[in-house]
Amino acid sequence: MSEAITHAHDAHGHADHHGPDKGFKRWLFTTNHKDIGTLYLTFSLIMLFIGGAMALLIRIELYEPGKVLLDPEYFNQMTTMHGLIMVFGVIMPAMAGLANWMIPMMIGAPDMALPRLNNWSFWLLPFAFSMLLSTMIMSGPAPDFGWTFYAPLSTTYGPKSTDFFIFSIHMMGASSILASLNIVVTIFNMRAPGMTWMKMPLFVWSWLVTAFLLLAVMPVLAGCVTMMLMDRHFHTSFFNAAGGGDPLLFQHVFWFFGHPEVYILILPGFGVISEIIPTFARKKLFGYRFMVYATALIAIVGFVVWMHHMFTTGAPYVAQLYFMYATMLVAVPTGIKVFNWLGTLFKGSITFETPMLFALGFLIMFTLGGFSGLMLSLVPADYQYRDSYFVVAHFHYVLVSGSLFTIIAAVYFWLPKWTGHMYNERLGQLHFWLSVIGMNVTFLPMHFLGLAGMPRRIPDYALQFTDFNQICTIGAFIFGFAQLIFLYIILRSCFGKKQDHVSNQVWEGAHGLEWTLPSPVPYHTFETIPHVS
Amino acid sequence: MSHGQHNTPPFDKNKRHDVAVKNRRLTWVLLGGVLLMFGFCYMLIPFYEFICKKEGINGKSANSVTAMDPTMQVDYSRTIKVDLVTTLHGNLLFKFIPLQRHIEIHPGERKLVYFYAENRAGQEMTVQAIPSITPNDAARFLKKTECFCFTQQYFFDGQKADMPVYFFIEPTIPKEIKEVTLSYTLFDASAYVKKGKQFTKGRINL
Repeated sequence: MSEAITHAHDAHGHADHHGPDKGFKRWLFTTNHKDIGTLYLTFSLIMLFIGGAMALLIRIELYEPGKVLLDPEYFNQMTTMHGLIMVFGVIMPAMAGLANWMIPMMIGAPDMALPRLNNWSFWLLPFAFSMLLSTMIMSGPAPDFGWTFYAPLSTTYGPKSTDFFIFSIHMMGASSILASLNIVVTIFNMRAPGMTWMKMPLFVWSWLVTAFLLLAVMPVLAGCVTMMLMDRHFHTSFFNAAGGGDPLLFQHVFWFFGHPEVYILILPGFGVISEIIPTFARKKLFGYRFMVYATALIAIVGFVVWMHHMFTTGAPYVAQLYFMYATMLVAVPTGIKVFNWLGTLFKGSITFETPMLFALGFLIMFTLGGFSGLMLSLVPADYQYRDSYFVVAHFHYVLVSGSLFTIIAAVYFWLPKWTGHMYNERLGQLHFWLSVIGMNVTFLPMHFLGLAGMPRRIPDYALQFTDFNQICTIGAFIFGFAQLIFLYIILRSCFGKKQDHVSNQVWEGAHGLEWTLPSPVPYHTFETIPHVS
Repeated sequence: MSHGQHNTPPFDKNKRHDVAVKNRRLTWVLLGGVLLMFGFCYMLIPFYEFICKKEGINGKSANSVTAMDPTMQVDYSRTIKVDLVTTLHGNLLFKFIPLQRHIEIHPGERKLVYFYAENRAGQEMTVQAIPSITPNDAARFLKKTECFCFTQQYFFDGQKADMPVYFFIEPTIPKEIKEVTLSYTLFDASAYVKKGKQFTKGRINL
């Protein structure tokens, strides 16, 4: 590792004289944080369309009761792969891409602390996902046990392709661990003089907390799938009652990873929103300190609430009560954050450019998703909502209009800085409105389907659910095809003819080190260390 | 660069080296943490067993021998109905039923019940019964001095047997509990045969 560091620094010595290598080698061997950020974001965009196509297949199947297009077996594979790809292949890499691009520029560092490791963290991902996706063209089913891969569905009854799934989880886990390791080291050691902890942009703070979460729980996931592998092939019985194990144990181990994981998916998004709202409200962020503390508190409480995913497994009442109250407690720091964002907007001179629209959409709809989460945290209500479409509605509100909207907002916000081209504002607005309408038409009816008793992960349903399912499907197609506009906007901004000159600051109300750099940002930045006053 | 005048001079060689050393040190510390968390994942298993046994959750306490306290008084004022339930796991080809569907018991009193099992698999089998007790609040108070579920059970092809359970309910069981369900699921353990005896004392081979 020391070698990697020295090499990288040597390279910086004469880096001013030449730009990136040409062709494919540039991307394969790059140690530049901007290149790696771009790779992450591109990868995530490709996966978004793959996972999205699967979602549309799911929605086509659910357009009418009975079989429309997919066999039940294939439907199960689609729900599984859709979940895995969206969580591990879209949201997490996109957030890592934003971190790679922005963190060094925000803290005034020339690059990430461990650039060569950074290259490896990214290049693990395409291999992990080609392995996962290859299971779909193998004989026999692809993983079909849901993204939560509960034992014994994934151990005793798992298809042969489960082993590919296990290995790809190992690889993407290693990738996440290495990426977050790099981020922590960068934030600790590479800050420019004067960039004290409490001056760091909130995006950096959120990612610091997220990176610690990742370092703590990705090894648990790795341990979990290793136990599965051992149960499947090495004659252990961690999760097999016949050999003295316990299938319920799987759920404990999985959700000990799984609950912090949901905060991993949203916390960097909170950071993005905390950058965008002050910019377009032209005010300083309200309650900066409280935002930092709230982020840390969410992360800490996130470790002690995992059993709210398991209320109906026969947990003792005491445990149910404790986990109910602990879960409700998460609403307090989250509420502080929402309050502070509103406080920032209050009496601001607000303009509604596309990043701001997505940020405001996030603010409203993420809060709605938070409220349905509160409903789910109530034990007696949860017995009713468990495994119904209400749960599906809840987590899509916090993941689509939560995490995904923050990523889209971040892309619009920083794209002019990255490419030196302003995106097309009119198309951006169109993209926002189609997304917001499509998203709500898709997921709002799911709340009522769930309350009326429609179970999740089922390819068929009772007749009375037909109307609402058809509305959902129509919404899903609006939302899905709206993302093609997003793709077009990005491509045009990256490769289109340059028409306008984008200033360093890009946005009138933007503050922070990254906005002192020219647009587009040069290949190497902060070669000479800036001083933050 | 435009912001040149505000800048400190570039890193000199020594300072660069310092950062590299700091980075390396922190990397190893964090990797140590990652390794620790991987180990912690496996630590969760004994921890889980311990909690379940201690709290009587999930049938864990019903799966081991408990000695009867000789000073324990039988509470004749209360009668608790114990339902006996059996399940076969997966497609295990066995017949497995309780000889009585339910039994009435006073807290503090020891009872013996038999479960009948018959191997219809067409080959020798080793099976393991896993108990579960509901309601949750009762699980901690139902104890066994002898049970066919404590060990694996061997059956040759076509063998039939009555298998015993000696159990009692502690008098400290909450007053509102009037009915308890003791359920067994029979698993095929042929792939996990343990060394040691595979017959319980009191098993009647028919």
